[in-house]
Amino acid sequence: MLNDISKQKWSFTITPVRLILIAISLAGFALIAYRLITGLGIVTNMNDEWPWGFWIAFDVMCGVALAGGGYATAFLIYVLRIDCLKPVARGAMLTSLIGYLLVAVGLLLDVGQWFNFWRPFVSWGHSSVLFEVFLCITAYTVVQILEFGEIFTERVGKKYHNFFKKIMPALIIIGIMIPTMHQASLGALYLMMDGKLYPLWWSPIIFLFFLMSSFFVGPAMVVVESSLASKAFGHKIETGVLKKLVRIGGWVMLAYLVIKVCDLIARGKIGYLTDGNIESYLFIAEIVIGIIIPLIICFSRLANNRAWLAVFGVLTNLGLIFNRLNVVVTGMARNAGSLYLPAISEVIISLSLVAIGALVYLFVCENFPVLGKETHKYAN
Amino acid sequence: MSKGVLVDLTKCIGCGSCYVACKLYNENKWSDKAPVNGKAAKLADENWTVVKEYNISRDNCNALRFVKKQCFHCEHPSCASACFTSALRKTEEGVIVYRSNLCVGCRYCMVACPFEIPKFEWGKAFPVVTKCMMCYFRVINNEKPSCVSVCPTQVMQYGDRDELLVEAKLRIDSNSAYIKHIYGENEAGGTNWLYLSDVPFAQLGFKTDISDKPAAAYTSRYMSLTPILGAAWGLVLTGIYFINKYRKKNAAEKQMKANDSEGGNNA
Repeated sequence: MLNDISKQKWSFTITPVRLILIAISLAGFALIAYRLITGLGIVTNMNDEWPWGFWIAFDVMCGVALAGGGYATAFLIYVLRIDCLKPVARGAMLTSLIGYLLVAVGLLLDVGQWFNFWRPFVSWGHSSVLFEVFLCITAYTVVQILEFGEIFTERVGKKYHNFFKKIMPALIIIGIMIPTMHQASLGALYLMMDGKLYPLWWSPIIFLFFLMSSFFVGPAMVVVESSLASKAFGHKIETGVLKKLVRIGGWVMLAYLVIKVCDLIARGKIGYLTDGNIESYLFIAEIVIGIIIPLIICFSRLANNRAWLAVFGVLTNLGLIFNRLNVVVTGMARNAGSLYLPAISEVIISLSLVAIGALVYLFVCENFPVLGKETHKYAN
Repeated sequence: MSKGVLVDLTKCIGCGSCYVACKLYNENKWSDKAPVNGKAAKLADENWTVVKEYNISRDNCNALRFVKKQCFHCEHPSCASACFTSALRKTEEGVIVYRSNLCVGCRYCMVACPFEIPKFEWGKAFPVVTKCMMCYFRVINNEKPSCVSVCPTQVMQYGDRDELLVEAKLRIDSNSAYIKHIYGENEAGGTNWLYLSDVPFAQLGFKTDISDKPAAAYTSRYMSLTPILGAAWGLVLTGIYFINKYRKKNAAEKQMKANDSEGGNNA
């Protein structure tokens, strides 16, 4: 098997979809250059009332959470040893690595003094949750690059392959511990927004909600990814495996819903649900679309059907994106006293990051043994 | 000992000496977009202090009130606790200072500040955060902040926070015109700039729903627990990892032995 992949020529098939992705990426590059030259005021709709906008909400908050599929599947497969899930491991972990690299780029574009990004390493602001998030995300990205080394050395620098194989167990444990911490801490960033973030979203245990949702979005992401990959590479993961994965996510999701409701009751904020204002509608929509419908799919017979599993995946992902946008944008609007809608250039730059990520993913899957044996047959 | 300023809004005539002194001392430019006075007065990257005008009605007549705005210099500053490079820091004198050379420009301070004080240079290619630093170099030389020193009607009194609080209570108790509240005594855990007014603070643009619990308290508890919980989680993971590994290995060996003995019997 190793020989097969190394004899194969480097390839990157051009398809219409890939051309569109390339076009979006190029548009993004142009806007990124413009942003770096002119600053944030012209390119984005952010201002003093809205210091954080779409980039933090989407590129960072959603990016990190959606990349949570990596640590979630690593935990299920390598720690809990649910062996039947193994076919999804490499794909999920590759998505996660690319996700984190894009988050890093997104962050660099968002901060004012991007060349100063290394400052926290030497000037510790250890009271800040952001300090922990920064250290963890950096460390985890390095760990993921090393984890990818195992795949990479199957083709390039083969003599190091055994070394990477040996350090994998340690990498995997560190690579689960660290993201658990910073997934929670991304939520903990908002602990300070007591009174600023709308009470439906603010909670003294908001970090728990961020952690749990990053975990259950993992299976959802894997399901979506595997349906896309099955189209692109003809690589199909058994429905039974996906169902099992989705059910595990479903239990965490159920716990999330129960804790969320209990938290609202305990804080005496459950009445906010019936206020009939925009926040209450958005909150209910977020819960129904992203939690309740997926739960119904997950624990009914629908879970035996591949198409419904894909619906589960899409809705759960949308629900998570919805949630993060609500925390960063909608939930802060009442306090800001003004409205914020991202500028078109902000959205294009974010989309271009996604497009670049998709292209890298496609390239790696085409040239490295990521998606399991079927891929090799297909590639040969 | 925290230094602070007691602002008695009943004395302010809206002359604007304070923001002129602030602009001169801190070498900030004047901007057309963000006025420093009038009804639209707005703190901005170049405006570290402004005097905002309010039309209010009192006893069926209209009245004018002027509110000087600048950083409150919190006792437990959210911005400093949010800053991941210690670019924002509380000094011994209780002044929240900012060192732009350490700043990454992440703007978490702006999101975290309960009073929305820090501002950002949105128009620059390499922007930093700006805010009032209470003329820190004057403070450490035992001088009043520049705005305080130029005020012609003694709106502001500079001194130790504790003494200012005593003075503020005296004034409130001796004159029934004052609202019975010292803004800044407990807001966000207490601020070093304290305000007195004869008009309800809510009518003067003050946020009155700010919790007395400093927001920094939430994160300090979280941050103190995180390393312990993280390490414990790591140990648990390692434990489960090895337990499951050997379980699988033993199961596989048993299976092999069973297969062997079956194979032997058959033969």
